[in-house]
Amino acid sequence: MKITNIFSRRSSWSLPYVVFLLLFVALPLILIMVYAFFDEGGNFTLSNLARFFSDSDALSTFAVSIEIAIENTAICLLLGYPVAWILANKRYNRSAVTIIIFILPMWINALMRTLATADLFNMLGIPLGKGTLLFGMVYDYLPFMIYPIYNVLRRMDPSYAEAAQDLGAKPSSVFMNVTLPLSLPGITSGIMMVFMPTVSTFAISEFLTNNKIKLFGTIIQENINSSMWNYGAALSFIMLIIIGITTLLGGNDEEDAQVQGGLI
Amino acid sequence: MSEDNTIISIEHISKRFGDKRVLDDISLNIKKGEFVTILGPSGCGKTTTLRIIAGFETPDEGNLYIGGNLMNNVQPHKRPVNTVFQRYALFPHLNVYDNIAFGLKLQGVAKDEIETRVMRVLKMVGMTDYEWRNVDSLSGGQQQRVAIARAIVNRPSVLLLDEPLSALDHKMRKDMQIELKQMHRTLGITFVYVTHDQEEALTLSDTVVVMNHGVIQQIGSPTDIYNEPVNCFVADFIGESNIFNATMIEDRKVSFMGHEFECVDEGFGENVPVDVVVRPEDIYIMPRTDKGQFDGVVSSCIFKGVHYEMIVNTPDGYELMIQDYNPFEAGMEVSMIIKPNDIQVMRKERICNTIEGEMIDATHIDMLGGEFECLPQEGLKAGDKVRVEVDFDKVDLTDDKRDGTCEGDIKFILYKADHYQLSVRAENRDYVYVDTQDVWEDRDIVGINIRPEDMRITKIEEAGA
Repeated sequence: MKITNIFSRRSSWSLPYVVFLLLFVALPLILIMVYAFFDEGGNFTLSNLARFFSDSDALSTFAVSIEIAIENTAICLLLGYPVAWILANKRYNRSAVTIIIFILPMWINALMRTLATADLFNMLGIPLGKGTLLFGMVYDYLPFMIYPIYNVLRRMDPSYAEAAQDLGAKPSSVFMNVTLPLSLPGITSGIMMVFMPTVSTFAISEFLTNNKIKLFGTIIQENINSSMWNYGAALSFIMLIIIGITTLLGGNDEEDAQVQGGLI
Repeated sequence: MSEDNTIISIEHISKRFGDKRVLDDISLNIKKGEFVTILGPSGCGKTTTLRIIAGFETPDEGNLYIGGNLMNNVQPHKRPVNTVFQRYALFPHLNVYDNIAFGLKLQGVAKDEIETRVMRVLKMVGMTDYEWRNVDSLSGGQQQRVAIARAIVNRPSVLLLDEPLSALDHKMRKDMQIELKQMHRTLGITFVYVTHDQEEALTLSDTVVVMNHGVIQQIGSPTDIYNEPVNCFVADFIGESNIFNATMIEDRKVSFMGHEFECVDEGFGENVPVDVVVRPEDIYIMPRTDKGQFDGVVSSCIFKGVHYEMIVNTPDGYELMIQDYNPFEAGMEVSMIIKPNDIQVMRKERICNTIEGEMIDATHIDMLGGEFECLPQEGLKAGDKVRVEVDFDKVDLTDDKRDGTCEGDIKFILYKADHYQLSVRAENRDYVYVDTQDVWEDRDIVGINIRPEDMRITKIEEAGA
């Protein structure tokens, strides 16, 4: 009787997922903290964190990562917003299917796409470097920028734009004063979807620059691969804090933004 | 109407959305300072008319003039009109003050003047002290006031209002009506107001424009529209009414309900079928006497606050609605009188259905979106265009749409004292009018059948053939 009761309660159905979360999300996070704040002998220490701030290699890699992430996000926004606007505008796009074409690359594994892009550059004889790295990143992350902005624009009540026109706004000021501010939740959502993963990426830089440019994700990977668990964990911890700050900068609207952005 | 007194002039405007004709040759002149209401059921084209004036739609045919200038291709932001939107469309990212100042900032009005003008309109709409509030935190009625303030602060020469009160509750609506009327007087600008609420239209307007199916049915003052409706639609849509099929026997003599009545209308001709409308408060009711024009029995009596509303049945099977200050209880035998002045005679729009179709073979016609059987037609071949006439009472409707030759959608029901007249839209969007004793419901989907012997078929001669 008791066993059937447990299984018939709806909340019990989430049990497998809770176990999964504990094992593969909560536990690893705790382990990162443990490794980051203890030395190899098992004593509490802040030296792992301190080492990062005196490690000029790691610091410059960190700066490069942030710079590339900002550049990538900016390019994605500049390219993605007009595309989203055109797709959401019924005058230019009558079919909801067109958006699929822009989302389609997301369905193919990012590693495969990146490898293919690298081969393409090699074939064309274009030297790998920062340019190719940014190209690969924009190619990978552009859909994550387009989709949330598209969603917000598509759901925007057209009477806002009409009201602005009615009050004397010419098309450009309708956009600057109404459409753009009202699409901010989509932009915020898009920036987070692009910026956060770019900070931690390492595969793209490995394939598209032949490791000429190292990103923050790369040095974490290198440290872990060479069994520097404690320092690697400390670097991971720093990255988590960066991601946390980005999320906070997204503001209180973040939840709203993601719901409106339709991604989560 | 003198030229310089006209501010908006709509000349023969038509508009289609896809294959749907939403406006059919609309012409309308609006005078400076007038309060004009465009009234009609949903889908009649009233909002489209307003959007054409505002510039959000362009007419397919015809011209729009505002202040004497052709406006067909002028963009909305260059027109001297401002709109109060149905769902207000207040900018959610701006507070009350910035919403109202939006238009003035675009015009580059000086900062202190903006402030003076915003404060002045806020006071006018009774929203002083709300200027820093977030628009989402306002109630529906308050948002409405801000929307009006945002429009009038720009001092437009015409204010367009698209069902502005439809989202408010009854009490609020009454209060806003009075305030709108007040504002119209104070501002002295032209108001063009769209609504489906006939009471609102009669209360507020100088002129009412009644629309249906994309066509203007009648333009007139509220009293004209109420007392002298030009057709059954207007009579039925505005206020309560008793509508009868009648025959104009000669000038000033009309017959309906099996009785002859004196009336004041002339010029219809002799023995011409017409419609007659009599308002419920215009029928005099008294206990049974031989001085009445006709007799009946009260079947129900309801108190309506000021008057009583009674349903009276006559021995010939007609049902009348009568309003009187005195109650006559159900079951009472009564007599009635209708005075000549209170009988409004209207020309019939049609006396039978006229349907256009095409011969499929000698015994079948393609019309209304279905394949109808007809009697064998001599001298007509497949592909010939034909006109089919069918009397209103010869169209059969079926409950199950599959039992009909084609499908129909009941769009409008008119009670005519002893029967209903239904406007049924067939599959090909043509209308069929049906007289029936049966009770059908608005928006019912039905089957349409016509017996072959009830069709009168004539060939349409092709032009130039």
